[in-house]
Parts: sequence; C-alpha cells; structure tokens
Amino acid sequence: MSLTLLAQSAVGGLLLGGIYGLLALGLSLSWGLLKLVNLSHFALAFLGAYLTYQLGTQFALPAWAAVLVIAPAFFVFGVALHAVFMRFEVTEFASMLVTFGVTVLIESLIQWVWSADYRRFETPYAQTSLRVGPLFVPVLELSAFACAALLAVAAWLCLHRTLLGRALRAAAHDGPIAAAFGINARRLSYGLAGLCSASAGVAGVFIALTSTLAPSQIEAWLGVVFAVVIIGGLANPLGALLAGMLIGLSESVTMAVVNPAWAPLVAFSILIALLVWKPKWL
Amino acid sequence: MAVTSLPSKAALGAIAVALLALPYIGTPDFYLSYLYVVFFWVALATSWGILSGYAGYWSFGHAAFFGAGVYTAAGLSAKAGLPYLLTIPLAAAVSAALAAGIGLVVFRVKSLRGEFFALLTLSVTYVLAAIVSNTPIDGGGGINLGTVPLPTFGSSVPGAIYLLGLLLAGAALWISRRVLRSRLGAGLLAIHDDEDVAEVKGVPTLRFKLAAFAISAAIAGAAGAIQAAYVGYVTAGDTFAITVPLYVVLMSILGGARHWAGPAVGATLITVALSLFVGGNHAELGRAGVALAMIVVILVLPHGITPRLLRRLRRSEAAVKAARQGALVLAASRPAGVGAASHDDTPLLQCRDVAKRFGGLQALGGVSLDIRRGEILALVGPNGSGKSTLINMISGHFPLTAGSIALDGETISSLEPHEVARKGVARTYQIPRLFDHMTVLENVRLCATFGRAGDGLEADAAAQARHWLVFTGLADKADQLPGMLNLHERKFVEFARALAARPKLLLLDEVLCGLTPSEVDQAIDLIRRIRAGGTTIVFVEHVMRAVVALADRVAVLDQGRLLALGAPHETMQNPEVIGVYLGVAHAA
Repeated sequence: MSLTLLAQSAVGGLLLGGIYGLLALGLSLSWGLLKLVNLSHFALAFLGAYLTYQLGTQFALPAWAAVLVIAPAFFVFGVALHAVFMRFEVTEFASMLVTFGVTVLIESLIQWVWSADYRRFETPYAQTSLRVGPLFVPVLELSAFACAALLAVAAWLCLHRTLLGRALRAAAHDGPIAAAFGINARRLSYGLAGLCSASAGVAGVFIALTSTLAPSQIEAWLGVVFAVVIIGGLANPLGALLAGMLIGLSESVTMAVVNPAWAPLVAFSILIALLVWKPKWL
Repeated sequence: MAVTSLPSKAALGAIAVALLALPYIGTPDFYLSYLYVVFFWVALATSWGILSGYAGYWSFGHAAFFGAGVYTAAGLSAKAGLPYLLTIPLAAAVSAALAAGIGLVVFRVKSLRGEFFALLTLSVTYVLAAIVSNTPIDGGGGINLGTVPLPTFGSSVPGAIYLLGLLLAGAALWISRRVLRSRLGAGLLAIHDDEDVAEVKGVPTLRFKLAAFAISAAIAGAAGAIQAAYVGYVTAGDTFAITVPLYVVLMSILGGARHWAGPAVGATLITVALSLFVGGNHAELGRAGVALAMIVVILVLPHGITPRLLRRLRRSEAAVKAARQGALVLAASRPAGVGAASHDDTPLLQCRDVAKRFGGLQALGGVSLDIRRGEILALVGPNGSGKSTLINMISGHFPLTAGSIALDGETISSLEPHEVARKGVARTYQIPRLFDHMTVLENVRLCATFGRAGDGLEADAAAQARHWLVFTGLADKADQLPGMLNLHERKFVEFARALAARPKLLLLDEVLCGLTPSEVDQAIDLIRRIRAGGTTIVFVEHVMRAVVALADRVAVLDQGRLLALGAPHETMQNPEVIGVYLGVAHAA
C-alpha cells in the first residue's frame, strides 16, 4: 500500500467524519439538553436527502436552494414533534421508543414514494476535486465538512458565550431551579428542537449530494452516528465533530488497509472500548 | 390470582392438549404455519421481558441473540451435518454464552443503564452482523437448509415446526413466570426501581442481571434455531434486521413488560394484526401501522394493557381483603427474630483509619471508631463533616481510599454492598428510596428475602414482612404503592425494610429530618424498641433532642475527622464541639 493511497483514504475519512459530525450535532444537543433521544433524526436526514433529490431532478432546484426549503420545513416538524413530547410528558427512554416508531413511519413513507431502489442525485459538480499535492479533495465532501465545522463552532459559541445558550444548559442541568431564576425553558426547548430537526435537513442535503440513497441506508447510519454522539460527549458540539472525524478516519483507513466489509465493525469496537474504559468526558 | 385457581388450571390443560393435538387431526399446514408465527413471537417477546421487562435494562439487541441462534442451527445442521434437533439446545447455549460475555463487560459499568444499554446492545447486533457476513459462517451468500433432514413428528415438517414452536412458547412462558415468582424475579424488579438500593438490601445485582440476560438470550437462541428451519434459507440481512427488536419491544410494551404474560398478549395481538396487512402487497403499510400503534401505546398506555386488565379483575378481591384488615397498632411486644444483645465485650464494628477521597476532596481523613454491641451511637457534626460518607462506607456503597472496617472481627470493607448486607448491616436513606413499583409489603418482603437470615423461603419472608409492618404501624398500608404514602410513612417503610433484614447493625441516616414533633416522638419510641430487640444502632442526626434522648454515646465529626466521642451531655458541652457548631466566640 502506497503512502499516497493511505493519505488519500485518510482525507476521505476525515471529510466523511464531517457528515457524521453534522448528523451527530442535532442528536447530541437534543439528547444532552432536551433529554430526548431522537432516533428519527436519521430518518429525517434521509427524508431531507430524498426531498433534495426530488427537488433537484424534477424542478432542477440547486442544492443550496433546497436547503432554504427543507430547513424551515423541518424546523416546523421538529417543533410539532416536540409539542407531542411535551403534551405527553415523555421520558428520556420513551422518547427513544416513540422516535423509533417515527423512524419506521418515515422509512415506510420513503419506501412508498420512492420505492426501495437505489437513487443517485447526479450533479455537474459531483466529481469536482481540488488538487493538493498528490491528493484529491472532493469539493462536495469538503463543503459538507466546512458546513459541519461551521455549525459545530456556532453551536458551541452559542451555548457557551451567549445568555441564551447558558440558559439552555442551566435548564438542562436542573429545570426547576433554572425556572426559578426566570428561564423559560419551554420556549427555549421548542426552539432547540426545531433547530436540531433543521440540522437533520441540512445533513440530508449533503447526504443526497454525496451518497447513494436507499431506505435501508437509514439503519446503516444510525449505529455509527450514535457511536459518534456518545464518544463526543452529550451536548458537546465540538466533541461530536471531533468524534465524527475520528470514526470517519478509522473507518476509511480500515477499508483501505484491511477490507471494506469490516468497516462497520470499527465504529462499534471504538465505542465499546471507550464505554468499557470509561474516560472522564463520557 | 386467577391463573392458579383450579378451574383455570383445567382450562389451561385442555387448551394445551388441544394445541398439541392440532397437527395430528389433519389441520392444514397453512394454519399450523400461521400459529407457529404467533408462537415464535410469543417466545421471543417473552424472552426479552425476562431481562428488559423485569429489570428495566431495555435491550435493542435481541436480534443479536436470535441471530446467533439462527446461525448456530443453520451452520451446524447445513454445513457440519449435525442432526437438526441437536442444534436447538446448542443454539440456546451459544446465545446464552454470548449474552453472558456481553453482560460481564457491560453490567460492570454503572453508567451503562437506560439508553446507553439500549444503544450498546443495538451496536452489538451490527458488530455480529458484520462478523457473520464477513466470515465463512455465512460467507455473504446466506445458508440454505434445503438439504437438512428436518424432523417430521406431528405428521409433517410444518407440523413438527409447529410443535417445536408451541413447546418453546410454552417453555418461555413457564420460565418467565417461574423467574418472576422466585428470588431472582424479586431482585430483578428491585433492580428496575433502584439498582443501588437493591444492592444495599442484599440483592446480588451483577449475578442476577447476568442470569436474566443469559436465560433471555437462551430462549431467543432456541427461537432462532427453530426459525432457521421455518424459513429454510437464512441471510445476515434478514436475520439481523431491526424488525426483531422493534416488534419485540412493541409487543412487550403493548402487553405490559413487567408481567410475565404481558409480552405474550402483545405478541399475539400484533402478529394477528400484522397478518391482516401482509396478505396483499401492503407489507410497508403493515410496518407503518405497527409503528404508529407503538407510538400511540407508549404515549397513552406506558404500562401496557395486561396490568390494567388484571387490576380490574383484582379490584373485587381487594374489597374482601380490606374487610379483614386490622387497625393501626404499634406492636408492644419485643420483636421476634432479632437476636438478643450478647454481653460480649468485643466491639461489633471496628473502623480503622477510614479515609475517603473524592478527587481532590478529602471527605474522611482517617476515622477510627469502635461501635459496641447493643449500643446506640449518634453520629453528629456540621454539614459536610463526613457523616453520610461514613455510613456509605460501612454499607459498602463507596470503596475505601485507605483504612479498614471490620464487623465481628471480619473485614467487610472490601466486600460488595450486597455481601455487607448479608453479613448483617442494614441502612435507611435520608430521603426514602423505596421501590416505587412494588407495594409496601413487597418492599419489606424483598429485604426479608435478601437480608441477613434470608433463606429464600417466600412464605416465611411474607410473614416476617407482615410482622415488621405491624411493628412499625404500617399494617394497613401493606398493599399500597409507596407513591401514596406521606413522608412520615415512607420513613417508617424504610425502617421496616431495614428491620426485615434482621441486621446486627442498623445505620439510620437522618430519619427524623422533616418530621413533625409528634412524629419525632413516635420515631424515637420506635428506635428504642428496635434496640430493645438487641440491634446495635448508629444514627446520623441533627435533631439534638433525639440525640440526647436516645444515644448512649455521641461521636462528633468535623471536616472528616473524629472530634469527640463520649456520653451525650459531656460531649455536647465540649468547647471544641460547641466551637464547631456555633463558632469560637460561643465556645469561649
């Protein structure tokens, strides 16, 4: 194996890690700050991807414009789902079961509308790459990574440097006490739920641009991204991004060095090792 | 209980005989296969409930154990040529071993409860699927069981598979019911409500969780082995699909996961409902319907339908019971079961240089303290002086940083909390931590079962529990859930639980805090009567009236060190002690 090939797969892995991080971001914030484990995050991302595909192939809408349609629509969906959770006072565990159900519903919907066949969103810039020395950096993956990094940094700054973010963290830490200090946790939680859902839509746009779509792919991402969320630490946007890069890198190096079929094993082996080793940040 | 009464036993027997006879009276294969599918899901859902329903460790990885069974049976029968029937117990064994292995790793990590456990078990499924399809076990193409000679008892192959499914479902239900009514089941239900307290009350939590996990996986493995014969061609994609955990979880929630029959009820309902869709080309619609049903059930009926039905049945029985309930009386007699104070002069408990560090914080800095047999020792000191930490160290909740603790001359400081409990140490919690889904009687009975003299005799434990409820004046609350009690009563349930373990040493952590003056008097009287029965008592307290009224000796802790020790009046007048409590000016 040549060094260039190894470096090339490392670049690919790091960029793939950007999409993992982007998906993990919304999940991590909702789990850590709202105490809701949203399994339907992946199904939403794929719904976003299919919508991007549909808007692009049928109406020739460019991907950046699809974001403008999908993100607000998903924000509304997230708020509506959160309203259901609030109405029934859903616990952390029940939220996981409910969203498991929502996942299957969305998956059935996708299968019904777009069938179980593989779909590929062809764009003129799909094959464009930057050349850095001997390495190729695909433009789409790079922009997904840039977007993930931008959102992660923005979320981190928002949580740690603004009053709003501190209020959110306080409410997550101890709701009644935060409320006693005048924090309207309810309104904040609706906003955050909407934003998490919108971030799934944005991730979906990039998924449409970079991968082949099939309803069965939803489950393939679910395991890996949850591993990323846990490794990155709950409610930690930068941690999610870094963990995404770690997993992406190790997956893609495994593919290059060992065998592509063994890649799924990597994320879970890292996760299981970390959970058993129990470092402080978990 | 309705199921154990004689007429229902006869009915159950008749149904069993009728079901067993079905293949022999020429029932068409179509119906046998249909019923087999019901039995398959009943077995799988029931097996899931043994760990996840009872102990609350929800697994999303049931497909892993089911799949291990499928591939063990398929591999051994189709590739290694073993007789098919032999592969069923082997599949169960492989799955049980897999679960025990995973459990040994996962159950040791305290933070891996709830969602983490669920996601971790889901991960295991993916790992196993990757391993199976990348190795010669499957090889990527699936395994065909077409050439495997399948048994034909029950007049045909579908008849044989039907009978195997029926037997497995029956066995699963029988095992689940047996587990629920055994010590194991009682312990698992306690783990569900509060694992730390269960451990402190003497439940060997790690061993119980492992046992439940292995039993659950073994049944799932056997179900996989039979399913392999039923489908005839197994692939990794179908075997490790997310449908298995999805359906199993839904069936259990729908039926009620904490009841042995709940998952079976849910499984039957959903399988029948699904079959109504799958007839045509509406498989997706069926899946969506199941998902929607799951959402609605979780939101509206979080405890499932079986408990609700049973409650309706029981309401009539409860009315009869209420008529013969005695009034609230505190027992005047000395409690039976607690050994009399011996006149041995060796201390009951010896703490030697006990130290505890939490990161950079020194909570206890080397405390040496002997507790004499039969005495009441009050542990006082300002907030943060290490009183509760010391209680937690004696009961085994925290490991020691340095030093040692011995009970009756035997070192207990390296033992697990449940082992400490079985040596005869019981404790109460400042804020009562009762098992919320168990009645008051069940709460106390659990502690009688797992306490010092607990020998697993259920009838004896129930009588003991009733005795301690009378002793603490809670006899008429026996069948209520802790949520319906006020603070005073909840504290007394804590007492009853601790006493039911028949401890040598009772540790009371601020039992009087939050009680009204008359309730304090009642509690003081209760503590006196407990000591009269021969139990040695250490109590942490801020209510000085009670300290003076009760204590033979007072130990004052300050900043993790023993400041003073002696008779109540002298100790409380010690200038250093006054200084600690009220500031140096007052002491002077």
